[in-house]
Amino acid sequence: MTAPVRRLLALAALAAVPVAVLGLFFVVPVSGMVARGFWPDGEFAPDQVWEVLTRDRTLRVLAFTLWSAAAGTVGSVGLGLPAAYVLHRTALPLRRGVRSALLVPFVLPTVVVGVAFRQLLGAGGPLGFLGLDGSATAIVLGLVFFNVAVVIRVVGGAWEQLDDRPGHAAATLGASPVQVFRTVTWPQLRPAVVSAATVVFLFCATAFGIVLTLGGSRYATVETEIYLLTVQVFDLPGAAALSVLQLVVVLALLLVAGRTRSTPVVRRPATPHRLRRSDVVPVAVTLLLLAAIAAPVLALLVGSLRVDGAWGLENYTALSTTGQRDALQVSVTAALLNSLRTAVDATWMALLTGLLVAVVVTRRSRSRAERRTRRLLDGLFMLPLGVSAVTLGFGFLITLDRPPFDLRDSPLLVPIAQALVALPLVVRTLVPVLAGIDDRQRQAAASLGAGALRTLATVDLPVLWRPVLAASGFAFAVSLGEFGATSFLAREDFPTMPLVIFRLLGHPGELNYGMALAASVVLAATTAVVVLAVERLRVTSVGAF
Amino acid sequence: MLELADVSVDLEGERIVSDATLAVPDGSVTAVLGPSGCGKSTLLRAVAGIEPLAAGALRWDGADLAGVPTHKRGFALVFQDGQLFDHLTVGRNVGYALRLRRAPGTDRRVAELLDLVGLPDHADRMPATLSGGERQRVALARSLAVEPRLLLLDEPLSALDAGLRERLAGDLQRILREAGTTALLVTHDHEEAFAVADRIAVMRRGRIVQDGDLGEVWRAPADAQTALFLGYATVLDGARAVRLLAEAGLPAADVVALRRSALTLDPDGPLRARVREARATPDQVRLRVHVDGVGDLDAVASLDAHAGAGDEVGLHVDHTRLAVVGRP
Repeated sequence: MTAPVRRLLALAALAAVPVAVLGLFFVVPVSGMVARGFWPDGEFAPDQVWEVLTRDRTLRVLAFTLWSAAAGTVGSVGLGLPAAYVLHRTALPLRRGVRSALLVPFVLPTVVVGVAFRQLLGAGGPLGFLGLDGSATAIVLGLVFFNVAVVIRVVGGAWEQLDDRPGHAAATLGASPVQVFRTVTWPQLRPAVVSAATVVFLFCATAFGIVLTLGGSRYATVETEIYLLTVQVFDLPGAAALSVLQLVVVLALLLVAGRTRSTPVVRRPATPHRLRRSDVVPVAVTLLLLAAIAAPVLALLVGSLRVDGAWGLENYTALSTTGQRDALQVSVTAALLNSLRTAVDATWMALLTGLLVAVVVTRRSRSRAERRTRRLLDGLFMLPLGVSAVTLGFGFLITLDRPPFDLRDSPLLVPIAQALVALPLVVRTLVPVLAGIDDRQRQAAASLGAGALRTLATVDLPVLWRPVLAASGFAFAVSLGEFGATSFLAREDFPTMPLVIFRLLGHPGELNYGMALAASVVLAATTAVVVLAVERLRVTSVGAF
Repeated sequence: MLELADVSVDLEGERIVSDATLAVPDGSVTAVLGPSGCGKSTLLRAVAGIEPLAAGALRWDGADLAGVPTHKRGFALVFQDGQLFDHLTVGRNVGYALRLRRAPGTDRRVAELLDLVGLPDHADRMPATLSGGERQRVALARSLAVEPRLLLLDEPLSALDAGLRERLAGDLQRILREAGTTALLVTHDHEEAFAVADRIAVMRRGRIVQDGDLGEVWRAPADAQTALFLGYATVLDGARAVRLLAEAGLPAADVVALRRSALTLDPDGPLRARVREARATPDQVRLRVHVDGVGDLDAVASLDAHAGAGDEVGLHVDHTRLAVVGRP
């Protein structure tokens, strides 16, 4: 056997586990879901799918999806760019704290964000007079709230790495600050901005929890429409048609994202400069953003502490019950325990798979075929990022229900689905770190007599343990908040927190609503603690795509 | 004319430049010479307006520059590694400032400047395809395009290898003379300073310890450290200096600095010494000799001289290759 063949075989062996996981738990369910649409009664009937796609309602839903995603993207980029500049280039006091605070919304459970916005904008809320409750504007605001962190992370990370000397060179050649930005900074920053905008558009277009809780029945996106068609109308061909539509759009976007994905090369990180007079506008935007992000959270917190027009903890003490008129099957505290247990399982699954993927795609390729294979794998594992969690969840339900993979009653079903949702984030956190290790370090270790494992221990592990820990925290947070897939898969007697909150919202009764608020606070606090711990590890690739 | 009056610069709370006072007359090329880390680059960045002053004043033709932002100073800075804009072609790099001003005839001017720096036909190349020396030439052309009131050069040649550095130093001197540009150059290499500048300021630990015409500073270094930094091999003081000068028949002084080539082997030379060590180089024989009452010194001999360790020899003292230190 020749060396190149041996290398390819080794690559295949390493890749086997993650590929099998992805095949079984992603490709099979998603294609099962799609097949159910095209072959409704075992016979190929594409005309039904076509009929669904040309319905007026479908077109309206599609138009709203694209419009809201575009508006959300514009808003996130518009607010995120000045904030990225202030938080990564200037010496704003308490900069680290502000940065962490702005990262929290991204991992807040979507249901919590929805609840917080309703609390803020609803009839009795502090901003109720704006009349935004249930409006399209509220949905877009929710999307921006959620995604501005992505822009700050991705663009801020790239901006921080930008050498400031070309800018200085331009200034000594007579370029004003605006001209410096336009001619020098922007061309270097553009890939990061495009990449961030693509990812944000993707997230906005596939947002589920926010749209469902804020949009009610008036506004639907492709994602909530899939949910509606599947769960309430049982129109499987319709759901499948929309899933296919979504898949195609998402694949196209992922291709764009992959082409423009910025690989920040550490060149000469500039030291943050003191605030200047010209920084007034971006600093103001950043503070405004901070206030806008704090407002719904505060409204949520205050609301959870109000009982019958007075302050009190009753909403919290009620968390150990099943709510008014037994709205729930289990108590909220039990659901919290379920969530934590599920998150632990989802985390180790996502981490193990993610590590294997990261190692496979970052090893240096010796041939073109090898390089192609690695790039293909890299893209493949980004897929779950954009495929509707609803599609995934429903696909699980209809394909993993017979031997040899009858997992319907397995306690691992929900963690597996959540791990797949978290997988791309884990991979994207670890890949830049592994790719950043100079291969010559490994060669040096090997030339000093270190074997493969010893090389791993001396070169890779010291760099990797923090990102691994950070990725775990991130996966944990994602799992805690996952709503789309979980809503299909969780057993009635084993719900997670987001499900319980959603159910409480749907049941009449003031205490039930109060409990939903309190439960949201508890879930948000749990997630925030995890994320802030991750942030302390200072891994820059977390949350970057 | 640029004037620095008691200029101090702080970086991250630490004083990097203290009380620097210096004048750069119109049409002159002034070199700030100092070891790495002495604060000379920071001084240059402060002149460009990139770093703020902690104290003191910068003046151009008497007008204070405080509050004048970098892009309005008209001082072009050539960075150590060129800092070309990698996303623009060579031609667009050179024409960058002209396009900012929407000046007419950009293409012709760019061609002229590329000719001046010896890189015609390079306009369409991308910076990444250039060698280090070519990048520096392009950076220089780009800065000259602004017709700056003052050209600032931050170790423009130090990233290059020795042979290229020497050639480019000559070119740089010619280009600056031809363009009639006033320039302030910082470098740690005294040979670079000598090749390009006509005035020199020696900087050490954030302070300017001496400045003046090149020859002036060269002939009379302010102190022993300055002399060593200017390339003098040995500094003698007290009785040793007196004795050496007396033996050589020169007027007495407290401190004297010697270049390696100040002492040459000469059977009829006035100074008697014993050879401790002899080592041949391609140009000459380098000797280590002992002079009674003075100590061990460096000396040179031509390649055909037969001096071995232990030989008693005579030495000739070349008074143009020694300098009395600390006397202006």
